Amino acid sequence: MVPISAYLIVAVVLFGIGTMGVLISRNIIVLFMCVELMLNAANLALIAFSRSLNIMDGHAFVFLVLTVAAAEAAVGLAMVITIYNNRESINIDRFNILKW
Amino acid sequence: MTLDMFIFVFSAIVAVFGATMMISQRNPVAAVLYLIVSLVAQAVLYVQLGSVFMGAVLIIVYAGAILVLFVFVIMMLNLRGKEDLGDNSPPISRATKYIISMLMVAEFVFIVHGSVFSGPGGGMLEAETVAGFGSVEGIAKLLFTRYLYPFELTSILLLSAVVGAVVMAKRREIHEQSDSGSVSIDNDSNEGVK
Repeated sequence: MVPISAYLIVAVVLFGIGTMGVLISRNIIVLFMCVELMLNAANLALIAFSRSLNIMDGHAFVFLVLTVAAAEAAVGLAMVITIYNNRESINIDRFNILKW
Repeated sequence: MTLDMFIFVFSAIVAVFGATMMISQRNPVAAVLYLIVSLVAQAVLYVQLGSVFMGAVLIIVYAGAILVLFVFVIMMLNLRGKEDLGDNSPPISRATKYIISMLMVAEFVFIVHGSVFSGPGGGMLEAETVAGFGSVEGIAKLLFTRYLYPFELTSILLLSAVVGAVVMAKRREIHEQSDSGSVSIDNDSNEGVK
C-alpha cells in the first residue's frame, strides 16, 4: 500500500507549484489556472485524509470545493473580459486602477 | 515495486510535470492543455484512493466545463504579443521569485514529511475501507443529511456567481464601437441595468 504521506506530499508539491505560478505568472489567465490547481491540491489532501480516517465527510467537502472553483472561474473570467474591454490588455502590471 | 506503488508514482510524476509545464508556458492555450494533463493524473490518484465518483466528477467538471471556459475566454480575447500576455519590467527579478517559491515548496514538504511520517502507524492506509466508500450513494447520503445546509448554500453561491458573471461581462455602451469582433452578452436594449 502507498502511505498517506505520499499523497499529502504530492498535494503539497502541487499546491506549491500553484503558489509559484501565482507569484511568477504575468498572465492573468494562467494566474487563475494556478488558483484552480491550488484548490485541486487541497481536494487531493481532503480525499487522502478521508481515505486514511475511513470516513466519507471529505468527499462532501471536495464536492463543495468543486462548486466554489466553478463559481470562481466564471466570475474571474467575467472580470478578465471586463478589464480587457476597458483597458485592451490583460497584462497584470496595468491592473493598478484600484491603487490610490 | 508493487503495481499500486507504480501507478501512484507514475500519476504523481505526471501530475507534477503537468503543473510545472503549465506555469512555464508562454502560450495560455498550451497552459490549459497541460493543466488538463495534470488533472487527469490527479483523477487517477483519486480513483486509487477509492473515490471513483470524485475522480469522474473531477474530469467532467474541470476538463469538461471549467477549462473549456478558460479556452473560450482565451480564444475570445485573441491575445498575442508580449504586451497582451504581459512580460515587461517585473517589479522584482524573476530569479528572486523562483527562489522564494522553491523555498516555500521545500518548507511545505518538510512540514508534511515531519508531521505525518512520525504519526501513529507510520501513516499507512488501512487495507479495507467501510462499505461503499467513495460511492455515489455514500456521498449523496452525506450531502442530503449532515451537509444539507452547505449543499443548499452552494446553490445560492452558483446563482450569485451566474448573475455576477453576466452583469460584469456585459458589454458597456462606451466600448461598443471599439471592439465589434468579440462575442458578448448582447442585451444592450435594456437600459435599466446600466
